[in-house]
Amino acid sequence: MLLSIFGERQQFSFPSIFIYGHTSSGKTYVMQTLLNTLQLPHVFVNCVEYFTSRLLLEEILMQLQSCCSETEQTSHVHCDTFNDFVRLFKQAVVSEELEDQTLYIVLDRAEQLREMEANILPAFLRLQELTDRNVTVVLLSEIVWELFRPNTGCFEPFTLYFPDYSIGHLQKILSQNHPPEYSVDFYAAYINILLGVFYMVCRDLKELQHLAALNFSKYCEPVVRGEANERDTRKLWKNIEPHLKKAMHTVYLREISSSQWERLQRDDGEPGQLKGLSAHTHVELPYYSKFLLIAAYLASYNPVRTDKRFFLKHHGKIRKTNFMKKHEKTSNHLLGPKPFPLDRLLAILYSIVDNRVAPTANIFSQITSLVTLQLLSMVGHNDQLDGPRYKCTVSLDFIRAVAR
Amino acid sequence: SFLRRSHSEFQEKTTEWTCRMKSKEIPTAALVLGVNVTDHDLTFRSLSEVLQNNITPYIAFLEAKDCPGVKKLMQKLMGQLMNCYVDVDSSEDEDYVQVSHNRIRCSMTSLINWYESVTKKTDSETPSKKRTSSSRHWQSPPVVVVFKDMESFSTKVLQDFIVISSQHIHELPLVLIFGIATSPMIIHSLLPHSVSSLLCIELFQSLSCKDHLSTIIDKLLLRASFPFKLGEKVLQVLINIFLYHDFSVQNFVKGFQLCIVEHFCSQPVSVLCCQLVDAKKRETTQKLLEDLHVYHENYLSVLRCLHVFTSFLPKYPLGKQIRELHCACLENQVWETEEYESSLQLARMLNKSDLVTMLQQCVEIFVSSSGKEFDNTVEKLKEFLTQFQKLEAEAFQEQDVSVSSQKELQKKTDLYHLQKTLLELKESRRYKKLTKFEMLRFDVVDYIDSLVRNYLVPANHKTLHEIAYFNTASVLREHLNAAPRIALHTALNNPYRYLKNQELKSDEGSISNKAPDICIVYKLHLECGRLINLVDWLEAFSTVVMAAEGPNADAASSDQVDDIIHARFIRAVSELELLGFIKPSKQKTDHVARLTWGGC
Repeated sequence: MLLSIFGERQQFSFPSIFIYGHTSSGKTYVMQTLLNTLQLPHVFVNCVEYFTSRLLLEEILMQLQSCCSETEQTSHVHCDTFNDFVRLFKQAVVSEELEDQTLYIVLDRAEQLREMEANILPAFLRLQELTDRNVTVVLLSEIVWELFRPNTGCFEPFTLYFPDYSIGHLQKILSQNHPPEYSVDFYAAYINILLGVFYMVCRDLKELQHLAALNFSKYCEPVVRGEANERDTRKLWKNIEPHLKKAMHTVYLREISSSQWERLQRDDGEPGQLKGLSAHTHVELPYYSKFLLIAAYLASYNPVRTDKRFFLKHHGKIRKTNFMKKHEKTSNHLLGPKPFPLDRLLAILYSIVDNRVAPTANIFSQITSLVTLQLLSMVGHNDQLDGPRYKCTVSLDFIRAVAR
Repeated sequence: SFLRRSHSEFQEKTTEWTCRMKSKEIPTAALVLGVNVTDHDLTFRSLSEVLQNNITPYIAFLEAKDCPGVKKLMQKLMGQLMNCYVDVDSSEDEDYVQVSHNRIRCSMTSLINWYESVTKKTDSETPSKKRTSSSRHWQSPPVVVVFKDMESFSTKVLQDFIVISSQHIHELPLVLIFGIATSPMIIHSLLPHSVSSLLCIELFQSLSCKDHLSTIIDKLLLRASFPFKLGEKVLQVLINIFLYHDFSVQNFVKGFQLCIVEHFCSQPVSVLCCQLVDAKKRETTQKLLEDLHVYHENYLSVLRCLHVFTSFLPKYPLGKQIRELHCACLENQVWETEEYESSLQLARMLNKSDLVTMLQQCVEIFVSSSGKEFDNTVEKLKEFLTQFQKLEAEAFQEQDVSVSSQKELQKKTDLYHLQKTLLELKESRRYKKLTKFEMLRFDVVDYIDSLVRNYLVPANHKTLHEIAYFNTASVLREHLNAAPRIALHTALNNPYRYLKNQELKSDEGSISNKAPDICIVYKLHLECGRLINLVDWLEAFSTVVMAAEGPNADAASSDQVDDIIHARFIRAVSELELLGFIKPSKQKTDHVARLTWGGC
């Protein structure tokens, strides 16, 4: 369908095309193969990499220089504004004899264009008009066009949607990657099994390719060892199934790295010995820091009214007002932490620590180090000396673990 | 030292990781370093040395405060890497171009170009010139980027950087190191799945801070080669600061250095605190110093032996770490404590294999100690060991006694006879002959006990202990546990302490009018309640100040407040506000609210 949009080489086509689709629905791949196989003159730029407009524009011009000419030119082109870009672009196109062919500028991850200067996006969309040349800008992105529209209006591009792959498509694509030693059917059966296990959690083509490559050697083990031949699907299934389930918990979640996984497969060792990333959640904190953190948590999540009740010996009853009755339903835990001033933190700290705590400078510096560790966060401006306010950013489970 | 242990695996990894490139993942090491952020610097420095010597000269360190955006990150990265390049070659007398940041485009392509140029250069030169360092580097050494404080980085910067680098992983072999202080889950909270799937993350954990502390105490205090030792109270103070406040090893070392300084400055006897060799020059005290030295050596060996014994016992009555045992021994005679009794009792119930292992470890300790008194001990312990081994052969003879008593019970008897036989059995069990193993165990424990009583005398019972031991904990506490509020209060209440002006030496409670303005104002405000009326305060202030001039002052001018005094008052009040003692109050005009109470 894209070809029909592109039309003939000499003809002018749409000034801008916007292609969007979910992750790994093949947008980049299709564009690149199409442009390469048809030998269309094109410039391919990733917007994340060239994060300022100047870098982006200079990169386009440099690629243009080396696009059709055989020699490697790396002469540095200065281009600061879009105005310059247009001028230089016109010169470049003339010099490269691209007069009669459509030039394609493909911008990948185009959502980054929104972060750059405001004139970049509308200017690119109208590039054909501005330069008066046969050029088409193709924008690839994962976000829908509605979020791209700048406030000042722009030339609407032609939008194309790339749908996700269905399971049948996935299977076909993955089966094409089979290594040459084994037959297509064998590999197709393997892909079938793999998809059966992983399709529920993951439809990302890149991930599935990665998983397929990692686990294939284990799948072939019985064949290699001579226990089964290629057609014994049942045996192969029994061998591979627990392995794939293990993989789901570890490699897919990036608990352990792929190199560790491969070593594990080779050694055929106990997976219990290798602790993944999430097993190391415990953080050792010094004694007073633990109390500080707990005090901060209490200060964040308990309303100020209840302080007097919890922490003083002789407290009065708290009368439930109408206001409280209305708001009782929403648990404080769901609302997130509230900021509290420093004095309140210290007051709570003194009341929960059993023995006397001397107000030394160490305690105060511990508060700051907790902020650096991102366990507390400072709310408000840095230069507000008289009342720094903090919020506690850890969850209840963490606090429970610390409190033990 | 400890770094090598945790990073030896890391070095092997980097050799394998060149083949990782095929799967398009960036090899990453997540180093969990612990909460003591001040010590991380040291770790990173030694890591970079190790890496530079063995693997690659291209190392860059990135801190979160320098990288608010990807552009700054790239700038910093390139600056550091290019400087690395310059350093490596500077010994070769090559002329290099001075890099200026503005002219270099800070993008990935220029980094890649630079890398290619550098590696091509090294390749072309190795046959011609002989470079000792290049033999350790490979064809294309990886570029190591270390993120020193991972938690403080913003997610956007990290994500963009990782996405960019993963695109060019073939041309620029990059290895990332994340320095994490809390837990590796931070990686999952900082990076979304799409980005973390581009990384091949392996976890490395450094030793816990408590282990570090034990190593340091071991090397500094529990060695006979250093003549300076810490008394029990001082050691407690330092350890408490470590455990209670921050796990910072650097602070512990600084505290230790402070102790040394204090000891040598204030204690006159400390002149004699030196190595044994120098001590020989002073004849009068030579004998005593030698005694002290010998005492130290013996003490240490027996301490280690006792630690070996008690570390096997359940519930650790005498403490799990050797430093706790050391503190206990320093405090008083350890054999009189209850914990010692309980540990001896538990030791009498140990099983054979544990006992044998312990004895073997003790033998090793005594053999390696430098004192000459322990040869007998070593022989005695070895004797015990051989006796244990002999026991194995005789183990089967003990079972007959118990079998016969069982048979008696099974005969049919009436109630009276049954009662009698049971009582008899009970009697016989009380005087049961101890098995040979149990007797041997008793002997071993008694022997260890005797060693302890001989050698683990606390230091203050030895003569001349003040030379080597520093025990004034109060001085240390004052310096290390800073209390700014207390210091301020003392300064303002009692300016004599800091200004040392004889005129200011006043007793508590009275306000001397020769004191600086802020002291007068401070003392006046202490007497007030929650809200202080500025006008009253000013009056009181001027009264105090004017009293200096004596009764000769004009009656007329005492009614109105002098402008200069007014100005002085305003200045003093604003200084107090800056220090945080008062705050302008919105409740009443011309009033300030008092912020502190009590004597702090």
